[in-house]
Amino acid sequence: MLLEVERLEASYGASQALFGVDLAVSEGEVVALMGRNGMGKTTTIRAVCNLTPPHGGAVRFAGEPLRGMAAHRVARLGIGLVPEGRRCFPNLTVAENLVAAARPGKWDFAAVTALFPRLAERRGQMANTLSGGEQQMLAIGRALMTNPRLLILDEATEGLAPVIRHDIWAAIRNLKQGGESILIVDKTLPELLPVADRCTVLENGRTVWTGRPAELGTDIQNRYLGV
Amino acid sequence: MRGRETIIGIALMALLLVVPAVASQAGEPFYVTLATRIAILALAATGLNIALGLGGLVSFGHAAFFGVGGYVAGILAAHAMSMEPILLGIPGTKQMLVIWLVALAAGGLLALAIGAISLRTTGVYFIMITLAFAQMVYYFAVSWPAYGGEDGLPILLRNQFPGVNTLKPLPFFLICYVLLAAGLAFFALLRGSRFGAALQASRQNDTRLAAVGIAPYRVRLAAFVISGAITALAGALFADLNRFVSPSMLSWQMSGELIVLIILGGVGRLSGPVVGAIVYVVLEYVLGGITERWQLFLGLVLLVVVLFARGGLIGLVAGRARHG
Repeated sequence: MLLEVERLEASYGASQALFGVDLAVSEGEVVALMGRNGMGKTTTIRAVCNLTPPHGGAVRFAGEPLRGMAAHRVARLGIGLVPEGRRCFPNLTVAENLVAAARPGKWDFAAVTALFPRLAERRGQMANTLSGGEQQMLAIGRALMTNPRLLILDEATEGLAPVIRHDIWAAIRNLKQGGESILIVDKTLPELLPVADRCTVLENGRTVWTGRPAELGTDIQNRYLGV
Repeated sequence: MRGRETIIGIALMALLLVVPAVASQAGEPFYVTLATRIAILALAATGLNIALGLGGLVSFGHAAFFGVGGYVAGILAAHAMSMEPILLGIPGTKQMLVIWLVALAAGGLLALAIGAISLRTTGVYFIMITLAFAQMVYYFAVSWPAYGGEDGLPILLRNQFPGVNTLKPLPFFLICYVLLAAGLAFFALLRGSRFGAALQASRQNDTRLAAVGIAPYRVRLAAFVISGAITALAGALFADLNRFVSPSMLSWQMSGELIVLIILGGVGRLSGPVVGAIVYVVLEYVLGGITERWQLFLGLVLLVVVLFARGGLIGLVAGRARHG
């Protein structure tokens, strides 16, 4: 098992957000983390990366417990996070954004720009002058440049034009075919379910359902994912 | 826009080379000294520009490094003259090459100590804590009588460089000029490197940096150490230029002067410190000849630059900074 999360609990100050999240991603698997707004998806991801250090439960990555580890060490172990809201470094160029994150491995500048050819066209441009979709591509590219063993995509297609979403999903399917392990949060079920090998559903900071996408019946969708 | 900045930078560096050469021919060594002062201050500010311009670390204590570099030159030279060992039989030296290495090391070590503590804070606290450390070094120098205390320490004869007569103004200027050019080349290399990208990214967001596996604290500390070392090297040259080192090199006014140079020229710009140093020294000379209160006019210039040319003077002529 690549990532194992057991009974994870985390809080923002006095308010507890996670009350026991169980989650697992094995090598080469794409796992969808689902749930309505405010149910703890992003918090789970932040807790896994130790950006919001959890106060209960356990996270193991490739067998190694992550408890108390600095966030940058977690990233170096091989968790590549694409945070919510396309967070690039706005004061750097596209190329600098990518190079700053680079660690040796198969994902280098050439490989990333092969996945997202637009980034090659915009390599000398400042990140804050890119369109939203290009910034998202850059954020994914930057995470790939760290050559992660697990890629985490948090709402990677949110708020983007349909044609750009289509490109991003194509890239995600490409990554899956290439054997990447991915933990993905997204709200567009028609795109998400075909990509996912397994789904984990959160409700009020707890894991309430885990299974294959085919088993995700309408009753579960209505109960936990309906708006 | 970057191309224009490069051209202006090269033109200014050429000017900085030609003026003293001509002045020397014309028998006006004073202008050579003025140009030397520009080169040394520009080098010191280039050091600070790494921390301030690239890393966004507003250090109000870089005089500590500048002064320590100066004292390294002064103390080593004093011991070489008196033939007394400094400590445990280590002799003094008049060799600039050795002095520079010691100054780089001393500045770097001091920056490591100061940075290790100061970089745990940000914003105005960082400014204040770096100022506090610099003031500690200042008062230490004032109250340490062995090396002149408040009165400072004279360097009777300028230190030596193999094959160069450093006693003459022009050769000494050339030494400083070459070191400035090397400092600028280093700055450009650093800015374009992976480390430079990470350092500039650290100005934006710690979390994002950590998420790609880079520890912001370490990047900043490394930048601060490099920055302090370069400023200390400039300090050693400054002591040799004046053949005198005193606690005033360590004063907070000196820290402020370096920051003013960078803001005048352009924060984070390669040629910013050069432009800033030229404007500062020329203003000091021209206005200082007219009135003792020349700094009032410097203040006005600074005000205009801050209000109307946010990218500094270089930003005014070569366009806004590419790195916002």
